Amino acid sequence: MTRRGRLILKVVVWAACLAPLAVLGWRAWNGDLTANPISFITNWLGDWTLRILLTSLAMTPLRVLFRWSWPVTLRRLLGLFAFFYASLHFCVWLVLDHFFAWREMGADIVKRPYITIGMTALTLMIPLAATSTAGAIRRLGGARWQWLHRLVYVIGVCGVLHYLWLAKKANPAPKYYAAVLVLLLGIRVWDWTRRRVARLSAATRPSPAGGERKTLSP
Amino acid sequence: MLIKRGGDIKGGEITDQALYLNRRAFMVGAAALALAPGSARAAAPPATGQPLPAPRNKAFDLPDAVTKFQDATTYNNFYEFGVNKDDPYQHAGSLRPRPWKVQVDGLVQKPKTFDIDDVLKMAPLEERVYRMRCVEGWSMVIPWTGFPLSALLKRVEPTGAAKYVEFVTLMDAEQFPAQRRGLFNLGGLDWPYTEGLRLDEAMHPLTLLTMGMYGQVLPNQNGAPLRVVVPWKYGFKSAKSIVRIRLTAEEPKTAWNKVAPQEYGFYSNVNPKVDHPRWSQATERRIGEFRRRETLMFNGYADQVASLYSGMDLKKYY
Repeated sequence: MTRRGRLILKVVVWAACLAPLAVLGWRAWNGDLTANPISFITNWLGDWTLRILLTSLAMTPLRVLFRWSWPVTLRRLLGLFAFFYASLHFCVWLVLDHFFAWREMGADIVKRPYITIGMTALTLMIPLAATSTAGAIRRLGGARWQWLHRLVYVIGVCGVLHYLWLAKKANPAPKYYAAVLVLLLGIRVWDWTRRRVARLSAATRPSPAGGERKTLSP
Repeated sequence: MLIKRGGDIKGGEITDQALYLNRRAFMVGAAALALAPGSARAAAPPATGQPLPAPRNKAFDLPDAVTKFQDATTYNNFYEFGVNKDDPYQHAGSLRPRPWKVQVDGLVQKPKTFDIDDVLKMAPLEERVYRMRCVEGWSMVIPWTGFPLSALLKRVEPTGAAKYVEFVTLMDAEQFPAQRRGLFNLGGLDWPYTEGLRLDEAMHPLTLLTMGMYGQVLPNQNGAPLRVVVPWKYGFKSAKSIVRIRLTAEEPKTAWNKVAPQEYGFYSNVNPKVDHPRWSQATERRIGEFRRRETLMFNGYADQVASLYSGMDLKKYY
């Protein structure tokens, strides 16, 4: 992809990620936040956190399936936007929903599994956001940095569980998010297994003399 | 940030407001009455949006401000229309509340199927302002129009064996779009929606058979044409769009209990001390207010109903 193409792509992603916030602002301006604005804002920000997070998790599968290289360059931007929306989601809960009722919120974090796991997801996002710069990659070293950033899988699982555990059983929406997450992680597992099998069979390819079939079985 | 606040509407203004909004329908009705006094009774049964005037029973007046009509009719849980709060309002048009019959049977001496228009004339209508607390942690204050359910139940004469009352909501995928089975069938309830009360709860003077709100015929999204309102229980206990009322000896199966038995018990009395397994019930957000408020025992109706549960462990019978 050309420099120009990459720039256009970044601009498009920035605009797409800021659009939900703009729409929310527009609806607030028009007094169109339903009869329960605090609940509406919380859900809106939570929905978009998950959508952007899952989009960021879709970039590697796109490379695996279509051999495109450009999606991977968007992971950091999407991840940071997911963190941005998650932080707003948390701030609304803190300020608008509970108005700094620390004791009540502390009890909820400990007692309510969906809040515990939501807080876990948000907390785990902090080190990833903090080490998102090129400098951090250099300081940590590529391998260690990559290992740390595999936490995003845990964050994805925690985020989807947070929604599954808070929604009522009759609401199908969180199940769709869970299905997408399973698909995205499943593609990775499939790719990883495929490559491992290829590597193994390359390493143990029988010698021209043949006869060493035993070594094939792992 | 815009936070909608409920105005301090004084009780007496509400009916007038509703009449004001429907002044055309009201005038047409009045004109029809004046022109054809003989046929006025038979013609034009009250339909959605039309006034349903009834005197306010001041014994139930509350110090709380009444929720805005707009909020009470656009923010609802009515899963037959969809899972989102605005689905009932968006899809309300598909429900046909006339003609409508309600079958009252089971353990009764005189089972009968009533036409909704006969139900409306069965007992004097009155308006009562009740708190409505949703199990999700929000609440409203709504002026309902109806009469005690006991008036209907007494007509069919429950037998001595009758211990419970089951309410069944209309089952018709044509009128309730969300009753259609989806592709993966991941959501929804086990239709038809059923709810239930103990007979003494159903006979309690607070339990209101409801045909109207805000001085008008019940809007479709609020359970037209006929629902119950049980103000000391979480909102889902107040069955909507009822087609059958059945008296039984056994505790009826209830819709939400079937999907999540550990979360939605048969009693489901509003109780700040008994949490939902997944969230606290100690506080609630009153629609139109910013800060959460404390949830009251039995939703503030403890004086009237606590005796129904004396000696019962309310943590066990949640």
